[in-house]
Amino acid sequence: MRILGLAIGLIIWSVTAASPLEIEDQRVFPGTSARVLRIISTTDLAVFEPYIRAFQNDHPELSIDYTVVSSSTLHGAIRAGAQFDLAMSSAMDLQFQLANDGYARRYRSGATETLPDWARWRDLIFAFTTEPAVVVINSAFFADLDLPFTRQELIAILRDNPERFGGALGTYDVRESGLGFLFATQEDRSSDAYWRLNEVMGRLGPKLYCCSSLMIEDVASGRLALAYNVLGSYATTRLEQDQSGRMQILQMQDFTNVMLRTVLIPATAKETDAAGAMIDMLVRLGLRDVAGDWPLPSLRAAGLGETTGFGPIRLGPALMVYLDPLNRRAFVTEWENAMEQR
Amino acid sequence: MMVVTRSIGKRLTLLLAGVAALLSVLSWSMVTGLAREATQRTQDNVLAASATTIAETLRSEQGAVRLELPYAAFAMLGAISQDRVFYRVTADDETLTGYEDMPPPVPGRQGQVMFDTANYRDAPIRMASISRLVLAGDGPVLVTVTVGQTRDGVGAIAAELSQLAAIFSVAFFLVAVALSAFVAQTSLRPLNEIAAAVSRRGPSDLRPLYREAPADLAPLLNALNRLMDRLQQSIRRSEDFIAEAAHRIRTPLATVRAQAEIALRTVSGEPEKDRLRRIIRAVDESSRSAGQLLDHATVAYRTEDLARDRLDLADLVAQTVAAMEPTAAMRDIHLQVDGVPTPISGDAVLLESAIRNVLDNAIKYAPEDTTVTLGITHAAGAARLTITDQGPGLGDEPVDDLIERFKRGKNTESIVGSGLGLTIAADVLRAHGGRLDLATATNGSGGACVSLVLPLV
Ligand SMILES: Nc1ncnc2c1ncn2[C@@H]1O[C@H](COP(=O)(O)OP(=O)(O)OP(=O)(O)O)[C@@H](O)[C@H]1O
Ligand SMILES: [Mg+2]
Repeated sequence: MRILGLAIGLIIWSVTAASPLEIEDQRVFPGTSARVLRIISTTDLAVFEPYIRAFQNDHPELSIDYTVVSSSTLHGAIRAGAQFDLAMSSAMDLQFQLANDGYARRYRSGATETLPDWARWRDLIFAFTTEPAVVVINSAFFADLDLPFTRQELIAILRDNPERFGGALGTYDVRESGLGFLFATQEDRSSDAYWRLNEVMGRLGPKLYCCSSLMIEDVASGRLALAYNVLGSYATTRLEQDQSGRMQILQMQDFTNVMLRTVLIPATAKETDAAGAMIDMLVRLGLRDVAGDWPLPSLRAAGLGETTGFGPIRLGPALMVYLDPLNRRAFVTEWENAMEQR
Repeated sequence: MMVVTRSIGKRLTLLLAGVAALLSVLSWSMVTGLAREATQRTQDNVLAASATTIAETLRSEQGAVRLELPYAAFAMLGAISQDRVFYRVTADDETLTGYEDMPPPVPGRQGQVMFDTANYRDAPIRMASISRLVLAGDGPVLVTVTVGQTRDGVGAIAAELSQLAAIFSVAFFLVAVALSAFVAQTSLRPLNEIAAAVSRRGPSDLRPLYREAPADLAPLLNALNRLMDRLQQSIRRSEDFIAEAAHRIRTPLATVRAQAEIALRTVSGEPEKDRLRRIIRAVDESSRSAGQLLDHATVAYRTEDLARDRLDLADLVAQTVAAMEPTAAMRDIHLQVDGVPTPISGDAVLLESAIRNVLDNAIKYAPEDTTVTLGITHAAGAARLTITDQGPGLGDEPVDDLIERFKRGKNTESIVGSGLGLTIAADVLRAHGGRLDLATATNGSGGACVSLVLPLV
């Protein structure tokens, strides 16, 4: 059993090619006592800091040790038994697999009970945001063009203007980014235009990224004309700071992936009460009615009512289908064939 | 003495309730079993479909076994419940993909879905597995697809159904108990009615019981009637015997008395006269006793099938007074009658005998040259004949004791009597639905005041 867990851990490592805890960012927010709530997360520190401040307002005694890693690193770390009190990730599939395989601890409270069914699974994993995947463009590149609102239109525009968009397209490297992989696989399932779009993008020599923020940055600076499948929440935040006025967010009308940012208490957690309190706060914020100036959207923001009409990606065992090593290998091979044509 | 065991009604109710409880528990466990079975089958079907969908993607490419997990295979598992899902695909004994440490599948025929229950990762799981031969590089390879799922969803639904069934069973049980009590009561009602009819009867009412009764009770009723019949016959026989005996004694006694009277007149010695007087007195006592015994027997006899003639109480009083007038006159006692017509129903012979016995006492125990008053009053549906004398009264003893057979008061030494007079009167009145009231006169004379109370018609 333990040997097997190790084996699985090794598989994950070999897949993600990551050494233990490849930390992107880390910070300790000191509290008044020796108790430390250790959070491992894929959410950028800048984005999550307001939440930590709000939490410490209510629980000043708790120190919070916040570690930012990639979603696959997070997954591998929890599987390998790293000690954290809370794991927060945008890669729903990886989070789900942790819960399914018994690496999460049950938690139930008045707050979690109020979550709709689609936003929790077995009291193990809880969603607190709904974040759509969007297209971010630099409007300088689109001066004399109609803006695309469906994948068909996007394909047509890219195909018709190869010299303008050559080398100016960005998207996730699905081999590196768990979220990118989730978006890609869900799109593969839901939209038949996806592979044609990949073909077209592949011919234009796309730049591949690990993270939304870098992609958005490159669009803002004009290095990219278009970034495909970017986290809407990050884009909106960045758009507010944009001075060039050339950045624009497009939401595809034919189909939009809506991701749930989820949180779970790892089985190795020690500060379970504090972790529960943090979950309660996140869930309450997730269910808030007014947007407020929180950096992350609420569960209601994109879930229902908006023009897209697409529900969020379902939290369920089907998420594990693409995580299967055989499936993953097949998918990545096909993706590489489409993306790396030059 | 009767030994009281538990009542039939209670026993019947308990028995029926016991049966109901048994049925409730049985039906509950049956429903629970069925619910568990049904939910298990639902899960089995989905697991089988999932495993089959995966097995259908099995193929061989460049000498190697290939497959892909279809999205639907797991989506359908997620649709039925929030249960954890595990899977494994093995080629011969080597794991191709999935959870390597899953419990091994039960071996089955090719293409046939096999189910099994096991514990995996600290939770009970249900597994479906299906095997297929795939032709790869160096020959056929037996590929087995196993899909497992925890059973929480199934358990929750089964538990919910079982709880529902439990509520229904309890409700059923309560209704059944209420019905049992009702049924027991209803089926015992005829019995209770018979008991009530028997206990409503007067003490000497031994007529057969004629009433509708369920067939089951007919033997009891018949036995009861036969018993009463035998009882009545035996009572009648002994009464006949007493009457006969009294009658037979009276005649020779009369002869003895007449002879003694004659002898009294012919002997001259005072001791002999005295002895003869004592004989006469003893004969008188015996004769009175025999007469009263005969009367008493008559009462018992006639009350058995009591006549219900329309009578006037005042008439009866007048007749009795007329008959007793000579006796009263011998003692210079004045009989004062004070009566209004008073309709009653009953047996004239018996009622007269009752009045006569009471009046006889008044005349017998009161001193000479006094008045005996007979008054009739009506009150609350009852007629009351009050006979008051100016004698010594009924004494200090509890007056109701005087009604007992052969019971005489202390004031009677020299007065002839048998102690049956008040017994006869009381029996007659009771048979007519009335009673005999004994009291001391309220007019201050200290005499007895005896009332015969009868229902008015
Ligand atoms: N009017 C009365 N005054 C005084 N005592 C009475 C009177 N009536 C009845 N008693 C008492 O009640 C007793 C019972 O009376 P009861 O008529 O039954 O018997 P008895 O008169 O002695 O005998 P019997 O009437 O049978 O010849 C009497 O012995 C007597 O002591
Ligand atoms: Mg008398």
